[in-house]
Amino acid sequence: MDFNKKYTPQTWPDHPEQVTLEGKNKFLGFWLFLGGETVLFASLFATYLALKNKGPSGMEFSTDTLFELPLVFIMTMILLTSSLTSVYAMYHMKNHNFRGMQTWLAITVLLGFAFLGLEIYEFNHYVHLGFTYGQSAFSSSFFTLVGTHGLHVVIGLGWIILLMLRNAKRGFSLYNAPKYYTASLYWHFIDVVWVFIFTVVYLMGVVG
Amino acid sequence: MKTTMKEGFDLAMMRGLKKWRLFSLLAALTIFLSGCGEEYLSTLTPAGQVGRDQFNLLLLSSAIMALVIIVVVIIYVVALVKFRRKKVGEDVIPKQVEGSHTLEIIWTVIPILLLIVLAIPTVYYTYKHADVAAMDQVDEEGNKTNVTVNVTAKLYWWEFEYPDLGIVTAQELVVPTDQKVFFNLKAADVKHSFWIPTAGGKMDTNVENVNQFYLEFDKESAGLEQGVFYGKCAELCGPSHALMDFKVKTLEPKEFKVWAESMKTTEHVAADDLATKGEEIFNTSCITCHATSGAGTAGGPAPNLAAFGDRNRVAGFMPHDEENLKNWINDPQEYKPGNLMPQPETINNGKKFSEDQLDALAAYLMGLSVEK
Amino acid sequence: MSSIAKKKGFGATIWDYLTTVDHKKIAVMYLAAGGLFFVIGGIEAMLIRIQLAQPDNDFVSAGLFNEIITMHGTTMIFLAAMPILFGFMNAVMPLQIGARDVAFPFLNALGFWLFLFGGIFLNLSWFMGGAPDAGWTSYASLSLASPGHGIDFYALGLQIAGAGTYIGGINFLVTIINMRAPGMTYMRMPLFTWTTFVASALILFAFPPLTIGLFFLILDRMFGGNFFDHTMGGNTIIWEHLFWIFGHPEVYILILPAFGIFSEIFALFSRKRLFGYSSMVFATVLIGFLGFMVWAHHMFTVGLGPTANAIFAVATMAIAVPTGMKIFNWLLTIWGGSIKVTTPMLYALGFIPSFVAGGVTGIMQAAAPLDYQLHDSYFIVAHFHYVIVGGVVLAILAAVHLYWPLMFNQMLSEKLGKWTFWFFFIGFHLTFFIQHFLGLMGMPRRVFTFGANQGWDLFNLISSIGAAFMAVGVIILVVNIIITVVKNVPAGNDPWEDGRTLEWAIPQPVPFYNFKQTPLVRGLDTFWIEKQEGNKVGMTYAEPLSDIHMPNNSFIPFVMTLGLFIAAFGALYHGEKDWAIPVLVLGIAITVGSMAVRSIKDDHGFHIHKEDLMNDKGGK
Repeated sequence: MDFNKKYTPQTWPDHPEQVTLEGKNKFLGFWLFLGGETVLFASLFATYLALKNKGPSGMEFSTDTLFELPLVFIMTMILLTSSLTSVYAMYHMKNHNFRGMQTWLAITVLLGFAFLGLEIYEFNHYVHLGFTYGQSAFSSSFFTLVGTHGLHVVIGLGWIILLMLRNAKRGFSLYNAPKYYTASLYWHFIDVVWVFIFTVVYLMGVVG
Repeated sequence: MKTTMKEGFDLAMMRGLKKWRLFSLLAALTIFLSGCGEEYLSTLTPAGQVGRDQFNLLLLSSAIMALVIIVVVIIYVVALVKFRRKKVGEDVIPKQVEGSHTLEIIWTVIPILLLIVLAIPTVYYTYKHADVAAMDQVDEEGNKTNVTVNVTAKLYWWEFEYPDLGIVTAQELVVPTDQKVFFNLKAADVKHSFWIPTAGGKMDTNVENVNQFYLEFDKESAGLEQGVFYGKCAELCGPSHALMDFKVKTLEPKEFKVWAESMKTTEHVAADDLATKGEEIFNTSCITCHATSGAGTAGGPAPNLAAFGDRNRVAGFMPHDEENLKNWINDPQEYKPGNLMPQPETINNGKKFSEDQLDALAAYLMGLSVEK
Repeated sequence: MSSIAKKKGFGATIWDYLTTVDHKKIAVMYLAAGGLFFVIGGIEAMLIRIQLAQPDNDFVSAGLFNEIITMHGTTMIFLAAMPILFGFMNAVMPLQIGARDVAFPFLNALGFWLFLFGGIFLNLSWFMGGAPDAGWTSYASLSLASPGHGIDFYALGLQIAGAGTYIGGINFLVTIINMRAPGMTYMRMPLFTWTTFVASALILFAFPPLTIGLFFLILDRMFGGNFFDHTMGGNTIIWEHLFWIFGHPEVYILILPAFGIFSEIFALFSRKRLFGYSSMVFATVLIGFLGFMVWAHHMFTVGLGPTANAIFAVATMAIAVPTGMKIFNWLLTIWGGSIKVTTPMLYALGFIPSFVAGGVTGIMQAAAPLDYQLHDSYFIVAHFHYVIVGGVVLAILAAVHLYWPLMFNQMLSEKLGKWTFWFFFIGFHLTFFIQHFLGLMGMPRRVFTFGANQGWDLFNLISSIGAAFMAVGVIILVVNIIITVVKNVPAGNDPWEDGRTLEWAIPQPVPFYNFKQTPLVRGLDTFWIEKQEGNKVGMTYAEPLSDIHMPNNSFIPFVMTLGLFIAAFGALYHGEKDWAIPVLVLGIAITVGSMAVRSIKDDHGFHIHKEDLMNDKGGK
């Protein structure tokens, strides 16, 4: 198998990420990895729910007064949109349109940074209110859950940027197609986790 | 109605077990097991209904399991004897059998049946032993009908508070016989576990919540080798986990009342000059942590010493004599590493206690009694 | 030809192992490192038994005793049993399914180095201020209260080692799903491959909760978190849940591969197909599934309430059914067979009664009210040693003898092997059988000493004598290995003569590219089928001889792990030393940097050409 073989839109396979054995393995392995990640986040969610609003006696913070839905709603919309743009990117990969894919990935990355910026702003805001990491079990579990998600966003951004830079001049190959594909899977996963965070932490915190 | 049903079930269990005992196997097992261990410490010599229920469950499960083991061993030995290569012949290729549905069904169904036999009493006793509804029962005058003890486990000692009687003691639990005694269990520092093997299983003392259960004692401890049942900490809690023992005295209800009354009104009078001198030292160095009055509530920084003279052990595990007491006071870390009792230097102007001081303290402490 | 057989100097050999991505070499490293940790854990066990040989002993102090028991448990589970099993999985499984290597050779190497560095980090605690002392379960209130850095070493070391295990689990799963030889359907996979598969799935779902639990412990102890501090609203029971949601499947992660090994042995040395193969597969999957439903039976006395206890009690009992199916299937495998009692078979035969005993005491403890008595007493110590030593360790020792000729093309001495068995087996029962009764007689576990005249003196002495027997057995094994390695007599192909599965069809010594041509699998016990049909050349092949694609060696896994190892020191001394944060950042930078290098540098591997293959007569 020649990994550097050049393809045209006509010869480019339907599922470029799964043509080689390496690609197939990467595809399956990454899905399994996401299965484990799901359990990881499930543990964080369970802990958060157990420790929600728990703190030293007389603690002033609680979910219904702390969280501000409008900001979080904007963050949610941004991240959901970025998931959509990464779908476009994959669509272009399937059609062997390298420039199209890179463009949509660039938009995805920009949206990701926007989300990250707002999250940093949000955390900073809480810290200024006195809701610091060590303030209570509630604050620890909140920052750890949402922060672990944030860390995933950072890793996802770093990964996609690296892929884009690395392959900017080389175009598609069966060697990098699975890499792009798994990176976009990862980005979707991050998005799905955020939907749960939005629901469980913020929505149920303020409304429920 | 509810209770009679329960009793009926217990009786059926007992009868069932008695029938089982017809099997020589189980009889042998019972005799063998009860020959094991000391009467004041072994789970095999239960001294109350809870422990007895659990022991019966042990017998039942052992019998079922022995049955399984016997079947396995028989097949195993016969196969080993019959099908050795030496016997079958060096070049024989055995028939390559795929399996047998009949056999598969047999060894799926029979274990399931055996497990059901075990599961039913398991579920029954799980609920029975967790039933603490009677804890808050009161008589016509509004007095609690049962004794409740609040147990607080601390590094490495036990505090026993009797909230309804207004008394508190430490290291030696005193309970009435022939009735349910209820426990509220809690830990003050790290997790411990409260275990009186003869009376019944253990329950953890957690740091963040109170656990509740009950035990029964149908034997007075006075007849035992050392006049007490042994209690243990069963959860690793630091270096001196192994030394975190306590003792249990069981008194018949009338005597228990007398004991509780004298605890409530403890007034210690030093017996002689030596003891009086000891009391003075105690009052300058020890009394900030150790209370000597039995009336009170939980939360003392150190064990309540109101009944120290009646105890069976020094520091929970050493023989109860003046020699050990003096050694202990003068170097607690040596005997119970990691415990929180201050070294004498920190409470006696930077010095160890002198031999005279220790004698005086020992005389005073040994005189703290509610039973004499 | 140059790419194949080359005589190497010592330095080159070391470099070769540091950079290898070959599953067979990684297997050797797992075996060696795991073996070393097994000996360390064994020495710790001996210290425990010396201390408890007599009442009121002062051979070791109370604090040191707690460090020893903690390290004994942690080492044996995480650093000995699991890595050694990983070694056998690496050595055997790809050959059993006719694969070229595992799915991710690079990650395979990474997994190994993570385990090794994690293990080294954990053991460095002995020399850097004291080992962890809160038990291998490290329950939160005690582990937060524990002074010094012991628990920090525990949390960080296991975090690193655990990541390696997690990676390994995914790797094996993908290998088995994607890389089976033509004809190797799921229902033709040998039992060891099946158990590797299920154990890997358990790893995938069981390790993340441990990761999170350890993460909380690290945050609480080093970075100001409050997950377990109840005065700040925290809750220690969360740790217990997370630990046992991992911890119970972990038991099956260990025992299922052991079952697999014994399944291979019973069939091989009875010259008979495994009885009830499909029900064995079914039972394996069922045990794996139920393994996730029963964690709270470790927590009956925590106070979860009667409903939780009743549910978990009954669920636990249910596991006895598939396990019992396995036992009877093994018995029926030897029934009607032609039993040859070799050393591996001796272990398998010893395993049956030992494991049945361990299994039934497990059922006794599943009865929650009875467990109130047995929990945290010596009964539980006896029980889990019956399961883990009587199951897992016997399997490991059996596999050492069984697969030694496959891995090293040498045969361990059968005579010494049998001596090892008898010493170990008798010592094992002597040590642990009597501990059931110590528990029933009221002796709590994890006690550094016990007072005289509580009725425990004699039984403890007997137990300690048994431990000495086990130690003698292990020493004989070490001697056996040294003699065999020095003698270096080639064992040749199909060394046990009755090999049934694909791994025995490969020529010895195993070429680094495994099978020259991918074999065609024509049924369960495919090699046996070929032999019975008179095939003298080994296997029927699925493809003509053609170029083989191989991955390049890489030093990056080592560097990546080194980065985490360095970062762990930064975390450990956070808030105490000025250099902590820079070191933490440096370590993470090394790891992330090497990941980036891996990502940016194309690594297409290399090809072994057909002509070279035709000339190659084997050789590593």
